[in-house]
Amino acid sequence: MKEKLVVVGNGMAGMRAVEELLKLDADKYEITVFGSEPHPNYNRIMLSQVLAGEKTIDDIILNSREWYAENGINLVTGDEVTAIDRVARKVVTASGVEAGYDRLLLATGSMPFIIPVPGHDKEGVIGFRDIADVDAMLAAAKSHKKAVVIGGGLLGLEAANGLMKQGMDVTVVHLLDSLMERQLDKPASAMLKASLEARGMTFLMEAQTSEILGDDRVSGVKFKDGSQIDADLVVMAVGIRPNMALAQSAGLHCERGVVVNDTMQTYDPKIYAVGECVQHRGNCYGLVAPLFEQAKVVANHLVEMGIARYEGSVTSTKLKVTGIDLFSAGEFNEAEGDETLVLQDPAQGVYKKLVIRDNQVKGAVLYGDTMDGTWYFTLLREGTDISAFRNSILFGQHDLGDAGHGDSSASVMALPDSAEICGCNGVCKGDIVNAITTKGLFTLAEVQAHTKASSSCGSCTGLVEAILASTVGEGYDQAPSKKGICACTEHSHDDVIAAIRDQGLKSQEAVRKALDWKTEDGCASCRPALNYYLLARWPGEYQDDAQSRFINERAHGNIQKDGTYSVVPRMFGGLCTPNELRAIADVCDKYEVPEMKVTGGQRIDLFGVKKEDLPHMWADLNAAGMVSGHAYGKALRTVKTCAGKTWCRFGTQNSTGLGVKLEELTWGSWMPHKFKMAVSGCPRNCAEATIKDFGVVCVDSGYELHVGGNGGIKVRVTDLLTKVETEEEVLEFSGAFIQLYREDAHYLERTAPWVERVGLNHIKTQILDDADNRKALYERFKVSQKYAQIDPWKARAEGGEAHEFTPVVISA
Amino acid sequence: MSNWIEIVALADIPKLGSRVIKTDTMDIAVFRNAHDQVFAVKDACPHKGGPLSQGIVHGTSVTCPLHNWKIDLTTGEALGPDEGCTNVFATKVENGKVFLALKAGEVAA
Ligand code: SRM
Ligand SMILES: Cc1cc2nc3c(=O)[nH]c(=O)nc-3n(C[C@H](O)[C@H](O)[C@H](O)COP(=O)(O)OP(=O)(O)OC[C@H]3O[C@@H](n4cnc5c(N)ncnc54)[C@H](O)[C@@H]3O)c2cc1C
Ligand code: SF4
Ligand code: FES
Repeated sequence: MKEKLVVVGNGMAGMRAVEELLKLDADKYEITVFGSEPHPNYNRIMLSQVLAGEKTIDDIILNSREWYAENGINLVTGDEVTAIDRVARKVVTASGVEAGYDRLLLATGSMPFIIPVPGHDKEGVIGFRDIADVDAMLAAAKSHKKAVVIGGGLLGLEAANGLMKQGMDVTVVHLLDSLMERQLDKPASAMLKASLEARGMTFLMEAQTSEILGDDRVSGVKFKDGSQIDADLVVMAVGIRPNMALAQSAGLHCERGVVVNDTMQTYDPKIYAVGECVQHRGNCYGLVAPLFEQAKVVANHLVEMGIARYEGSVTSTKLKVTGIDLFSAGEFNEAEGDETLVLQDPAQGVYKKLVIRDNQVKGAVLYGDTMDGTWYFTLLREGTDISAFRNSILFGQHDLGDAGHGDSSASVMALPDSAEICGCNGVCKGDIVNAITTKGLFTLAEVQAHTKASSSCGSCTGLVEAILASTVGEGYDQAPSKKGICACTEHSHDDVIAAIRDQGLKSQEAVRKALDWKTEDGCASCRPALNYYLLARWPGEYQDDAQSRFINERAHGNIQKDGTYSVVPRMFGGLCTPNELRAIADVCDKYEVPEMKVTGGQRIDLFGVKKEDLPHMWADLNAAGMVSGHAYGKALRTVKTCAGKTWCRFGTQNSTGLGVKLEELTWGSWMPHKFKMAVSGCPRNCAEATIKDFGVVCVDSGYELHVGGNGGIKVRVTDLLTKVETEEEVLEFSGAFIQLYREDAHYLERTAPWVERVGLNHIKTQILDDADNRKALYERFKVSQKYAQIDPWKARAEGGEAHEFTPVVISA
Repeated sequence: MSNWIEIVALADIPKLGSRVIKTDTMDIAVFRNAHDQVFAVKDACPHKGGPLSQGIVHGTSVTCPLHNWKIDLTTGEALGPDEGCTNVFATKVENGKVFLALKAGEVAA
């Protein structure tokens, strides 16, 4: 005979525990579930969206009545359990139903805290917890005008937003001077308040409610300072209290909640508890992510596997008000001795703050751009040492490094498989990718169904869609949400590329006009992108605009943190001569270069050069036959080579010579992002060709061509494009691949994310299958090189752009 | 007392570009925008002292090259609720020449 499990509480934690249990052993128990609400289990989190009119009750049902039936679960709704008889091991309900148990699971959730001021029990005063509350609010919105929400926390603001959407005049009353003070610091809180005010919400800050006015129904709210406001509806959202009355009356040990150990067991070994009603290691939780972790643990113990332990959770929060992106986690208010990193871009409504202690992220507040929330949260939970990238950490994971622009789809690609995407359900990127590829999923709904990702609070939906789009590639039919390049425009990179091509737009002004730019001369994000797109599309015709280039490309050196520059002369294929080395040594002496270093790109970097000295130094290097290495540019960087057949006993081809030819063909070329190549003389691959944008591995019978590799932030091994037999073919294929990348990719998108976005097949179709197209691409590349292979150093050493390098001196 | 000092010809500052003016006490960045308005601010970002002269100019602001703060060139203030401000100097353009108003102490150390 099966053992009996009784679950009290038909909510999110209780039913998740049952689902986990069924996964482990569907036959162990005969299960009875009691719920005091008249509904099957629904997604409580989504009540905010139901109230805002963005979802219906049907949309948010998690387990339908059929589901209970299919799984043989006996469901009793609309009946409250009023007593537990621990000796007879049975529960009793209000209507007198009794059920015996071998194991009992309490999942009674919590209750909204109603401030016990005079008048709190009048009609029209409610909490925000269940469907009945939402129904009451929707009804009030039909016949009444004025709503007052007491409590400016997460729940209060979501309630206020919903009521406003239903057409009510809403005033939010808050006891303190800043909203959501448990999740936000003051600047983020001020930005939130400003944008809610802009939508029409009214706030009464630092106001303490003293009385609810009215006869039977509420008519107003009175405050401690004697002032009062009118109200037809009062929603109290000042906090929740674990619902432990039933457990207490049964004599179970309770403090702030029902006390449980790491196996979710109460002081009675037959009785377990999960969800908001419990207190674990002194903590009570009010978000679903911890409850779902608890559900896994309790299921494990109910089936007597006995290995899982719950050790507490670190939580993060997002506000679910459409159009407001907000993320918070950890200790976001710095303590003494902590450091804070802050980025503010008020023009785009972005605020990011990280609290750092001992080189670890301790807390984060993001407003406006929450794309990197998951990444910061992962760093926080794993205690990662961030010293290696702390200078750029605020720009997000995708952009550890130079220019600091980000692109959402690319940052999803950059996430490691272990990055948690759905905080509510603890689903990592790897799980999602795995489910998509092994189960052949194509839609968001399928991913939700198979992984549970994005099925609770929904704020990770964008991330899940981006993963879906990048994993499925062209098969994903719902167009990935298009995002404007920057705040100056609603048009995406693809729109801009197409408009320049199809409408023959030849200047930045023309593009901005044709595409209704909101700013006259763009900004630091879109100007470099437009400049690149025009340059790549109209070589020789479009006049490069220095003022639309990031300083490194304008000054042809990497800006250093003290405002000096670095100089890297090109060394084709890593080869060099005594004369070149002498010239480098001489300029270092002459211009007192503080440091020189052999780079990872097989050449030499001279650091700390004063800007004024640059043209003179370049002139000296030019005289020795050296040109700019473009170590600063979104351009062809280096071609690494190995010793090859000339010297190496394993070499199969002249890898060094081929590397030089490749670099001679491609140097000077501007790209969407930096571009690196390598040629290895045999599969031992000493030049690391399989983590380059374009890599060649020589074999006895010819040359393997590899594309889309990246050795940087997220290592990506190349895909094999094809094998060819001659050096001429290597040059043609590399030129064609580069040109396709130049014409197709988004500005600041390296080949690795580009290949993943468009799919290797797209590239093969264009380059392998269609020889005419390949040749045409190669020709276009060579044409554009005619205009690009002009040494920028020489031009400037001869006096070009002199104003850039010559300060005006005024002296008394 | 400030006095007007002629610094460069307007044509010697590129549109949407800048020039650096070195005085005995500090570097000053002089910008020219799309409408030939000229602005001068101390060449040090309120964030970490980045050379604003090296940034990208748009509208009446400049984006700092080091960490992308946007500085309003008319007030010298970082755009937004953030505190942070760099000194602003008055400028004028007459007959194609750019003049900068400096107090004596700002030129000599
Ligand atoms: C000098 C050098 C380090 C060295 O001493 O070896 C270097 C220096 C910088 N790298 Fe690098 N990288 C250097 C080789 C590399 C390599 C190794 C290689 O090329 O074989 C890699 C990994 C390979 C790759 O790119 O796939 C590398 C991956 C990065 C990344 C991460 C790129 C990525 O896509 O993940 C950045 C950040 C970025 O570009 O956004 C970066 C950015 C930078 C910047 C430009 C940081 C910045 O924004 O100021 C550094 C400039 C220093 C300066 O002021 O001159 N550097 N960097 C190397 C120059 C090679 C050269 O001769 O041109
Ligand atoms: C409007 C709103 C928005 C939210 N937004 C978020 C969010 O964005 N992110 C997030 O993580 N969390 C959010 N939450 C919190 C989240 O919904 C809760 O953490 C979660 O529902 C708690 O699950 P639970 O099973 O412990 O409690 P509940 O889901 O409340 O389930 C408890 C159930 O037990 C029933 N019950 C209680 N006592 C008895 C009894 N004696 N007999 C029978 N039945 C009983 C109750 O009626 C209830 O149905 C939100 C909550 C609300 C109300
Ligand atoms: S050189 Fe490269 S790895 Fe080294 S600190 Fe700079 S960006 Fe980082
Ligand atoms: S120094 Fe200007 S933004 Fe950091």
